[in-house]
Parts: sequence; C-alpha cells; structure tokens
Amino acid sequence: MLLVAENISFGFPEKPVLRDISLSVRRGEIISLLGPNGSGKTTLLKTLLGLYRLDKGQVLFEGRAISSLHRMALARSIAYVPQIHRASFAYSVIDVVLMGRIPHKTFFSRFSPRDMEIAEAALDKLSILHLRDRPYTRISGGERQLTLIARAMTQGAHTFIMDEPANGLDYGNQIKLLEGLIDLCDEGYTFIKSTHFPDHALWVADRVVMLKEGRIIADGLPDDVITSENLFELYGREVDIHSLRESFRVCIPRKIGKCRCLHTH
Amino acid sequence: MKKNIWIPCLVFLLVFIILLSLTLGKYEITLGEIFEYLAAAAGAASMDEGKYALLSNILLDIRLPRIIAAALIGSALSASGAAFQAMFINPLVSPGLLGVLAGASFGAALGMIVSSSWFAVQAGAFLCGFLAVLIAVGIARIYHGDRLLMLILGGIISGALFTSLLSIVKYVADPYNQLPAIVYWLMGGLSLADGKTVLYVSFPICAGILCLLLFSRFLNILSMGDDEAKSLGINVTRIRMILIFFATLISALTVVIGGLIGWVGLIIPHVARMLVGPDNRILMPVAALIGAIYLVAVDDIARLLFTVEIPLGIVTSLMGIPFFILVLKNARKGWA
Repeated sequence: MLLVAENISFGFPEKPVLRDISLSVRRGEIISLLGPNGSGKTTLLKTLLGLYRLDKGQVLFEGRAISSLHRMALARSIAYVPQIHRASFAYSVIDVVLMGRIPHKTFFSRFSPRDMEIAEAALDKLSILHLRDRPYTRISGGERQLTLIARAMTQGAHTFIMDEPANGLDYGNQIKLLEGLIDLCDEGYTFIKSTHFPDHALWVADRVVMLKEGRIIADGLPDDVITSENLFELYGREVDIHSLRESFRVCIPRKIGKCRCLHTH
Repeated sequence: MKKNIWIPCLVFLLVFIILLSLTLGKYEITLGEIFEYLAAAAGAASMDEGKYALLSNILLDIRLPRIIAAALIGSALSASGAAFQAMFINPLVSPGLLGVLAGASFGAALGMIVSSSWFAVQAGAFLCGFLAVLIAVGIARIYHGDRLLMLILGGIISGALFTSLLSIVKYVADPYNQLPAIVYWLMGGLSLADGKTVLYVSFPICAGILCLLLFSRFLNILSMGDDEAKSLGINVTRIRMILIFFATLISALTVVIGGLIGWVGLIIPHVARMLVGPDNRILMPVAALIGAIYLVAVDDIARLLFTVEIPLGIVTSLMGIPFFILVLKNARKGWA
C-alpha cells in the first residue's frame, strides 16, 4: 500500500470535519473523491499530505507514519496541486515550476542548469513550454492548473494530490487535463483527486470514494459506486446512469433528461 | 538573467551618491579634494596638515557616519519591508506590521524620561521593539486559525498597546525639555548619528540584511501560502520565525540610529518590483540597494534644502505619498 489512512478524525469538537475515515491507496491508481460542498474533501486531501495534526488515527506513507517523515523527503514523493488560486505576486511560470526543485536542494545550494532542464521538461511534457516566461498571474485558469501540475512533476513526486483540478477549466482544457492524467498514470504516477463531476470519475478513475459529512459512504470501482442511489444520497438529485456501447457509462440528471425528451419528440 | 545587471549598476550608483553626498554641506569640498584626502590618508600623497585635519573632521566625523547611517537604515527598512510583503502575501504591508516600530518608539521615549544617557534611549528602543513583536507573536499563538491573519491581528494589538504607552510617556514627560526631545526623535532624523553608534550598529544590521537575503528563495515559496509551502517541504513556522527575527532586529536598530523613518519600507520594495519583478531572489538585494540610495539622497535633501535641517522622517513621508500614488498606478505590473 502506498498511502493509508487509518481511522482518522479531524476538526473542532463542536464541528468534526472528518469522522473515522479509513482509506488505502495503491500505487498507480487514479482515485476520484466525490462529495457535496463542505463534505470534507479538501480537508481529507490535506490530511493525506500530512498537513494537519490529527485528533485520532494516523496516515501511513509507504508503511511509515506521515507525521514522522521529514517534510523535504515527503515532498520528493507526494505533491500537492491546490485549487486554482489567485496569486498576489506575478512570478514567471518557470519560477513557479522551479519551486518544485526546493525539496532537492540544501540551504545554500542554488538552482543548477539541471534543475532548469527538469522544470522545462515538465512544462514541455504538458505542452505549455511557450508560457515559460509569462507572469503566472496573467495566464488562464487552465494554464495555471497545468503550471501547478508541472511544478508537482518537477518535485519528482510520483503521488499527486489534486484538489478539484478541473475546476474553472473550459471544456477543452478539462478533457486535456484528464487525458494528461491517464497518460501519467500509465507511467506509474498515482493520483488522488477531488471532483464535482461524477462523469469525470467515470471517465478516468480506477476507484471512486464518496464523502458525505466527513464520512466515507462508498468506496469501490466507479461502475459499482456511481449509482443513482449513491448520487441521490450525496447530492439530493435524481440522476440516471446510462450505458453507452458495452462499457461506457454517463450520468444524466433525471428531470433534465425527461425535459429534453419532451422537447425533441 | 538580464535582471542581474541591476545589482552592479545599483552598487555603482550607491558608491557614486555616497561620494557626492560627502561633497555636499555647509563647507564645500570637491570630489577632487576627497580623492586627494584619500591619497594622503593612504600615504601616497602629501597634504597640508591643517587641511588634512579639517577634512578628516568633516568627512570622517561628521558626514560619513551620517551617510552610512542613512544607507543602513534605507537598506534595512526596504529589505524587511520586502520580506514582510512576501511572507504575509500582501504588497501593502510595511516593516512595522508586527509592532516593532511602535515598540521601539515607546522604548526610546521611555529611555529619555528615565535617564539622561543616550545609551538608555538606544537600549530602550531596541529592547521594546523586540518586546512588541514578541507580544504580537504571543497573541497570535493563543488562538487557532489562519496563522498569517492571527499574526497581523497580534501586530495590530501590540502596535496599539505601545502607541498608547507612548502617549502615557509623553503625558508624564517634562514639557520643556523631555517632550520636545521625544517629539523630535519620533520625527526621525540623523543629526544625532555619531560614528561610534553607527559603527557598532552596522554589524548587526548588515548581518541581518544578509540573512534575509539568504532566505529570499524561501520567501517566494512562503508567498504561495502555508499549505503549498509545507507540501514543498518547507518548515513554514520555523522559517517564518527566523525571518521575523531578522526583520525585527534590523528594523529596531534603524530606530536606534535614526528614530522613526516612515514609508521607506513600504515604497522601496514596490519600486524594486517595478524594476526586476516579484522574484525575491533578485528583488531582495535590489530593494536593499535602492533603499540605501534613496535614503542617502533624501537625507541630503533634508539637511541641505533649507538653512534649517528638516527631520528626515518628515521628508520621507512627504515624498512617499506622491511617490506611492505613482507606484500604485504602475503597481499592477508587479503584483496584480
């Protein structure tokens, strides 16, 4: 097991955010975390990064308690790709990506041409090398997300924890991002990402974890877990799951599906 | 890479403005005379003994300490301002954010009423500057929540506390001697900068600035937010405390030499950012150099513009305001 959460609880006494969560992640998986707003997705992702001191339970990375690992060493293995945020300072794209080399540096060593090559290779791989010298604040949301992914790759990490990576991206960029995840997954990278789109989970995830009010209510293969019942439980809307061809499935909200039928027939 | 050219250019400009400032004053000395004096001091040339003594007195005892003091203060305030702006992810923050300047002002004023020794004033300024920041950090530690926000609130509380304490000191001060001395001191100025103090204080100030420069790479990362910085392997709390320590050290020492000199730590980092962009690895040294140049130039204005010297703090504030309006117009380039 790559990453294991053992009965973790976290939050304030009057308002627990995570309640007794257990989860294990295998190497090379894409895990999609689904849940309504405020269900604790971001908090769960951050506890998996070891950012919080837990009230109960522990997180193990490669069999060792994450709290006992050195942050620098951890950063070389696990990378965090946060939700698109508005930066205050207009660092150039390459400078943001180069930050990923920090865990490989001692206090006095400077960035070398090799670090620059690694950072540029990551940009090139995501086909955004042309953004190299643009200010990070002046590129589109999708490009910013790709820059943060390039930084995670530059870190040398093989496990990416991504908070709603498709959020704020246009349709084309969402597809591009998900295609990129599949490619990287084939190379052995592991992804744990939260999403608001069950369809995205059906497209790319190997496993889906559903979170509601800080508890896991379902954890399994996308086809098993993404059901009308579970989606109603999570979001309170009726959604039908339709099969296309033999194996491909799509979610269609029931009411909208009916309306569209009335319109077209 | 081209941005690195700014550093040698600014060093050259700083040396030039220091030499120029040495020539300026009530007693006119030409650049040629300064070089003759330097040659004579090095033993390479001879000079009339009376003139040598006069130049020694004016250059080394009067003008040089003051110029060096201005350079150190400008550099220290700009470097700590730039560091605070990155660390608190807010381009409108200045070195006084955590209360160091309010604390140091109170300490200096207290020193003036309890003792007639100049050393008490300086020690009071230094110690109370640190005390104010300790209180701010302590208040921030009481509560959970957003670390940066808590620190800022702690700084506001601590600053308000020491501002009130300063009012008490002013109220109880003897209104004929002590109160005017306190008021003048708080206006900021270098007319009292003596060679010995400047020499002693220059070591910790230079060391503090150098330490901030060493951490400039981490400033970039801290400015991405705590969670991202941690996930990049940074011990955020420790590095932030180290940075706050050095910024406090050098800011408190500026009050020790020159009283309260406002606006420099807020504006100069913006000017530097307009020149070289927000990357702290280059921004920090550039801001430190521009700060030094700026304050040496402004101090020349303060001591020469009128027959009576204007307190330096008044000039920096008056010049700072139009400058800041100008900077805001162009600031988007750097940080929005």
